[in-house]
Parts: sequence; C-alpha cells; structure tokens
Amino acid sequence: MSESSLFLQFLFSGLTAGAIYALVALGFCVVENSLRIVNFAQGDFLTLGGFFMTTFLLSLKIPWPLAALCSILAVGLCGYLLERIALRSAKTHDPLTLIFITIGASIFIRGLIKLFWGKNPRIFPPLITGEPIRLLGASLTRESLLILAVGFFCVTILHLFYRVSRSGKALRAVAYSPRAAALIGLPVGFLNSVSFFLAGALGAVAGLLIVPVTGVSFDTGVILGLKGYAASVLGGYGSFPGAIAGGLLLGVMEALVAGFISSGFRDVFAFALLFCVLAIKPSGLFGTHEEERV
Amino acid sequence: MAEKRPKILKVENLSKNFGGVQALRGVSLNLRAGEILGLIGPNGAGKTTLINIVSGVVREDAGTIFFEEHLLNELSPWQRAALGLARTFQHIQIFAGLTVLENVMCGAHRLRKTGFWETFLRLPRAVAEEDECRRQALSILSELGLADKANLPAENLPYGEQKKVVIARALASRPRAILLDEPAGGLNEKETEELGEIILRLREKGLAILLVEHDLNLVMRICERVVVLNQGEVIAEGPPCEIQNDPRVLEAYLGK
Amino acid sequence: MSSGLKRDRRILAGLATAIGMIPFLINNPYYLTVLNLSALNILTVCGLTLLIGYAGQISLGHAGFWALGAYGSALLSLKTGLNPWLTTALALGFTLAVSAGMGFTVLRLKGNYLVMATLAFNLAVYFFLVEAEELTGGPPGLPGIPPYTLGSLAFVTDLAAYYLIWPVVLITLFLTFNLVHSGEGRALRALASGEIAAACLGINPRRYKVLAFVLSAAYASLAGSLYAHYFSFISPKTFDIFFSVELVAMCLFGGKGSLWGAVLGAGLLTPLPHFLSIFDEYRDLIYGGLLMGVLIFFPDGLSGLMRKLYGRKAP
Ligand SMILES: Nc1ncnc2c1ncn2[C@@H]1O[C@H](COP(=O)(O)OP(=O)(O)OP(=O)(O)O)[C@@H](O)[C@H]1O
Ligand SMILES: [Mg+2]
Repeated sequence: MSESSLFLQFLFSGLTAGAIYALVALGFCVVENSLRIVNFAQGDFLTLGGFFMTTFLLSLKIPWPLAALCSILAVGLCGYLLERIALRSAKTHDPLTLIFITIGASIFIRGLIKLFWGKNPRIFPPLITGEPIRLLGASLTRESLLILAVGFFCVTILHLFYRVSRSGKALRAVAYSPRAAALIGLPVGFLNSVSFFLAGALGAVAGLLIVPVTGVSFDTGVILGLKGYAASVLGGYGSFPGAIAGGLLLGVMEALVAGFISSGFRDVFAFALLFCVLAIKPSGLFGTHEEERV
Repeated sequence: MAEKRPKILKVENLSKNFGGVQALRGVSLNLRAGEILGLIGPNGAGKTTLINIVSGVVREDAGTIFFEEHLLNELSPWQRAALGLARTFQHIQIFAGLTVLENVMCGAHRLRKTGFWETFLRLPRAVAEEDECRRQALSILSELGLADKANLPAENLPYGEQKKVVIARALASRPRAILLDEPAGGLNEKETEELGEIILRLREKGLAILLVEHDLNLVMRICERVVVLNQGEVIAEGPPCEIQNDPRVLEAYLGK
Repeated sequence: MSSGLKRDRRILAGLATAIGMIPFLINNPYYLTVLNLSALNILTVCGLTLLIGYAGQISLGHAGFWALGAYGSALLSLKTGLNPWLTTALALGFTLAVSAGMGFTVLRLKGNYLVMATLAFNLAVYFFLVEAEELTGGPPGLPGIPPYTLGSLAFVTDLAAYYLIWPVVLITLFLTFNLVHSGEGRALRALASGEIAAACLGINPRRYKVLAFVLSAAYASLAGSLYAHYFSFISPKTFDIFFSVELVAMCLFGGKGSLWGAVLGAGLLTPLPHFLSIFDEYRDLIYGGLLMGVLIFFPDGLSGLMRKLYGRKAP
C-alpha cells in the first residue's frame, strides 16, 4: 500500500473508533446538560446494550431491528432507574459525591452483568453485510459506514432536540439553574430522569455498533467509557459538537500514532496529548470559560 | 479638618463593560483615612462591581487603583488583602463547615508569620501564634457580642449574626481600609441600629470605611460624605444633607 | 492547645496502642499483610483528604504518584545498589518535583477538566510502565526489590514490616493533625468553602492548592516506596486508574471532612475485597452497592455519621 493510502486507511479506522467515542461522549454530554455531573456508568450502559442485544438476538431469536429497539429501551430504562432510585435519593448536592455514586453504580452494574451473563465475552454477527468499499486504495467496511452514519444521525437529532423542541429547551434551563427552573414550574426531577434515559439509550446504541466488531465482555465499557469521557473533555465538556469533534480527533490521533509510531505507545500519546491540551486550553477545544459571579 | 487626612484609597477613571452592559464608566473616588464614605445608587448602578474591582475579584477595563502608595491594578485579590485592604460581600460568603471562631481566625491570615514546616511540626512559635490569633479573634467577637456563639458552626447562625461574623472576619486582619457591601441588607431595625454603632466605633480606631448601602437612613446618619452612582456614573458627591436634596439623585432613585 | 487537637491526639494514642498490640493477638501472616496494606492506604487517603476535603480539589490520579514512589525507589535501588532508605527519599524528592510542576499547571483547571487531567496523568504513567519494558520490566513486573534494613535486621517478614509501616503512618497522621488544627489547615478549609472569599482575606489560593496537592502526592509516593520494598515485587497493574478511583472512594466512604474519615475509609475498605473473596460471585455487587448506599444516605461518609451520632464537631 502506498504511503497516502496507508494514511487514508488509518484515517478510516480512526474515524470509526472515533465515532464510537463520540457516541459515548454524547451520553456524558446529555447528563452534563441537565444534572451537571459526570456519569461514570456511561461506559457500562454500552456494555449493557451489547449484552441485551446478544440475549434478544441470539437467545430469544427476535429479528434484529426489533431486538435493537428493545435493547435501547432496556438500557434507557436502566439509566432512568439509576437517576430515579440512586441519584435522586442522595442527600447531597456535592458533585464529587454524586460522581462517586455513579462509580458505585458502575461497579454494581458490572457485578450484575457477571451474575447474569457470566464472565465470558460474547459477540453477534454484523447487522449489515457486504463488500468493503474501496477508496483511493484504502478500504472502508460497511460496518464502519454504519457506525459513522448512526453517529452523525444521533448528534443531529440531539442537536435539534435541544435547540428546537420544548423539552430540550426545558432541559437546558434545568442545567443552567435547577432552582430557577423549579421556580418557573419545570418538572426538574422528571427532566433529569429523561436525560439519564437518553444517556442509557445512547450508550446502548454505541454498544450495538461496537459489539459485532470487538465482542463484549463485562468490562468492555470501562475503557470505552474513559475514552468517551476523554473525548468530551477534549471537545469541551457538555458541548455536543465538541463531543463529536473530540471523539473523532481522539480516534484519528490514536490510529495515526498506532499506525505510524508505535501501537504500544498509542495510549501514552493519547493521554499525554490530552494532558497538554488541558494545560494550554483549560476548557477544552470548544468549551467556553464561565466566570463565577459574586 | 477632614481634607488634611491622607487619601488612603484612590480610584481613578474606572470603567468596566460586561458583554455590552456598561457597569462603570470613568468612576473616580477617594477614601481618606478615618472617614466613612457612603456609596449609594439604585440597583444595578455598579456599586458591587466597584468593590469587586478594587478588591481584585473582577478585572477593570480601564482606570487605576491606588491603595496607600501601592498601585493595585496588577495584584491578585490575596495580595491586595495582604496589604490591609479588607472587604465583605453582599451575599455574606461565610465559610460553611467552620465555626464562628474559625471564620474570624481565618481573617487574621495576613498577620501569620509561621509557615508550613512550623505548623506541621508544631514548633513553639506556631503554637504561640495560634494562641494569640485565637485570643484576638475572641476579643473581636465579644466586642460584637458574639462571644457565646464562638464554637457554633457559622452557617447555623441567623442571617443577621452571620453578617456580623463576616465583618468580624474582615476586622481580624487589622485592615487600614474596609469595603462593606450592603452590611445592613436583610437586617431588622434594631440590628441596623447596632451595625451603625459598630461602624462608628471602627472609624474611631482610624479605619477608612467605604459603605455601600441601600438603607439611606443609615447612610445619612453615619457617613461624612456620600457618592451617588447611577448607571455606572458618579452623578453627585458631597455631605449627606446636600445629597438628600440634589435633584439628580432624586431623579435617579425615583425616575422622572 | 485547641480542644480538637487534644481530642484527636487522645484518639490517636488509643489507636497506636491498639495497633501495637494486635500482632500479639493475631499471628496469621495473611491478616498482617492485609493490615499492612490498610496502613499504606490510610497514609495515601490521609493525603487525599487534605486535597479533597480540605482544599476542595479533585484527583483521580494518585495511583500515578504511588507508581512514582514504588518504581522510582525500586529501580534506583536495583540499578544503582543504593540503600532503600536513600532511594525512598530520592523517589520522594522526584515526586515532589513532578507534583509541584503538575500543581502549577493542572490546578488551574476546575471540575471535570481537573478530573480528566489527573486521570490522564495516571493513564500516561501506567501505559509508560507497561510499554517501557527495558526499564520497568513491563507488564510482568519488577521482582527482587531489596528490603529495608536496619543494622542486621531486614524488614522482610509481615511482622517486621508491620512494625515499620504502622509507625510511619501513625507519625504522619500525628503531623497531619498538627497541620489541620493550625492556620494552614484553616486556610485550606476556607479555600474549599469559598475561594473568592478566602482570597479576599489574603489567602493565596494557588499556594494552598499546590501545597495540598504536593503533600498528598508525597504521602502517596511514600506509601508506594514502602509497598515496593515490603513486597519486593511490583507490577503496573497495581497502579492503574482503578486504584486511584478506589483511593478516592475510600476517602468519601470514610468522610472527606475529617482525617479520621481516611482512617475509617481505608481501614474498612481495604480488607473488604479480601473478605468478600469468599463469595467471589457477588463481590462487585456488594462493593458497588455499599459504596452507593453509604454515599446516598450518608454523604458525609462514616465519620460524618459518627459525628452526628455523638454530636461532636469535627476537626
Ligand atoms: N459578572 C457579571 N457578569 C455580567 N454582568 C454583570 C456582572 N456583574 C455585574 N454585572 C452587571 O453590571 C451591572 C452593575 O451591577 P452591580 O452588581 O455592580 O450593581 P449594584 O449597584 O451592586 O446593584 P445592587 O444594588 O442590586 O447590588 C448590572 O447590570 C449587572 O447585571
Ligand atoms: Mg450590589
């Protein structure tokens, strides 16, 4: 392969991985845009999505579009329950404590997965099949295309939802000031649940897309969750376009470092770069700096 | 005569724009040692912004600030405080989780001479300093009638007493000038009365006081000089009796 | 002397007495190992409490500082043959330099960005340890680290290590109590409670944040060195981000408002997984559930709960 088509090949694989990171990052953003906390169970939503899908598709033999829908709803429900049962009962507003409740939840969910699905990895066949598409000497699988398409579909829908629809605007109001939102009669608790439902659903979508490629085991979500978190911080925490940009950038960067420098040092570079970005631009690439008012 | 007293705080041509809102436009004022200067004006006039800029919490767009012989513009808030310039906040900003006494002892931070190692190893100098700091804080508290509350969590005190605690906290730094942002806001008549007495006593000790206040009765009673701010501009300045009858001031407060 | 410090010193004296006697009652080496690990975690979480509870900053990267202490001291003593005591001090110095540098750049960040930056530091250290095989031995780890010695006594057995590690931890606790009951500790808490108000009293936010950060990194580094020379074997796996997360979980579980929270959190959560290993199936469920439960219902952690029960004011 020529140098340039090699580059293109790495770019494609980077974009595909990046789209997954971006989807996970979107889940973080959705929660940031209502509850203003980091939900470290986001990665486990992805794992749950993958496992639900294996059960619906392979054990219950439900056709895939329906199985996918069921998985998305099921994980959405898990997200809803996490907010409704755990976070809303919390007797504190301290963000760090709330974050560690989600970390507890993450460990708990992994325990549940081990209990129900065991420790062995599972996989299901690709949702779409077909010859890879060849482009300037590099090839792009149909699955990658699907992942990219779904990624862009999700961000468009979310963007419209938040900018245009009434509930989306209400959610943003809650993020801006929960107290003011409650005062003007917005159902703050319900809206927070909705955002966790959305986060769960987004996690499930990422899971559905990644499992045919890599398989799923109880801890798949851990590292992907971290990468998604890194992506959203890189893009500017809470910004939807930032999540997409951060995800794709992280994916491409990793692929290029792995391809041209050393696959082993891929992660060292990725995180060292992230560290540098933050040192130079403390609010990420697309983040806005907020000033405290006194 | 008053004008002989040295200017301790000099603010010249201060301007500040908050994304389109011109909070201050070329404001100048002087605070003299041992004087109580009232700063009044309708809501949004820019009073808090002025205090924020002088204390370094907000950066000015233009203008200079001198405190004694020091040019403050490039200094951070903690450096300004370390020079002996204290302030209080409109929204109290008490340290929750600390007791009343500890809140006040925090105020004495700029007077501390022992560093990390001395306190870590608890060397005699650190112990002595800590004891002295506690004694001073207690004496300030008893002056303000709060001695019996010293060991309560500060955030559990009623609003009026919290307002006193933050004044005590500012005083513990033995400042030469103090900027009070609406100290009487939310206080009842009796508490306001008391507050007036406290502020007058501070002046006796030679402290320069900038008093931002909506309670005009209080301002007229204790200030020697009043500056009126409206939409970021100084519209009047003078002794209380003149200000009270100034048509521009009436217009600013009551509208046309 | 403030009554708070007096009380804390009394409790500490009681704890020290109990710790001193435990080996006479228990001589199962496995239990001693778990107790030694608890002590090292208490040391680290004590530093984290200063950083999180007192200075109000967050770090999910302290396993990285453990790694600097452990690998730093182990490699130096292996490659140069220097005395482990000396290499421990050198590793500590190195960690101080790294954390001070980090403190000045990273502590400008707030909230998520700080969490991510410290995570990124931890991950970068971890992947470096895994990849730089020639230097660090890579994933299989680094065996044969020499133990601490004192004359002809080598601290190799669990019992000997017990009587080395615990005194170090107790002395550090003693000194840290001095610190939190002084003007420095007050300044830290003021900073966590309101940065702007604190700055307006002359407290330099940057200095105190960096101080807490550097101090907590130093405690972690010391714990790491003690760990390396005690077990004589280290591998990168010990220093991954899950350990960082676990350390902060201990801090919150015990209660970040007080140093006793560090003792309780690390003292209880360190042995827990070892005991839960009997029912391996449910380990994560119980651990995760317990963490959630305590933080949901007692957000101030166990020390907060005890304070409520006994109606006492914390230091
Ligand atoms: N941090 C900020 N960002 C944006 N606008 C601000 C900020 N601080 C103040 N302002 C604006 O500047 C103007 C002056 O505000 P300031 O708080 O100084 O008024 P004030 O005289 O203290 O009023 P009040 O009597 O209500 O306290 C107002 O229009 C306010 O909305
Ligand atoms: Mg104001």
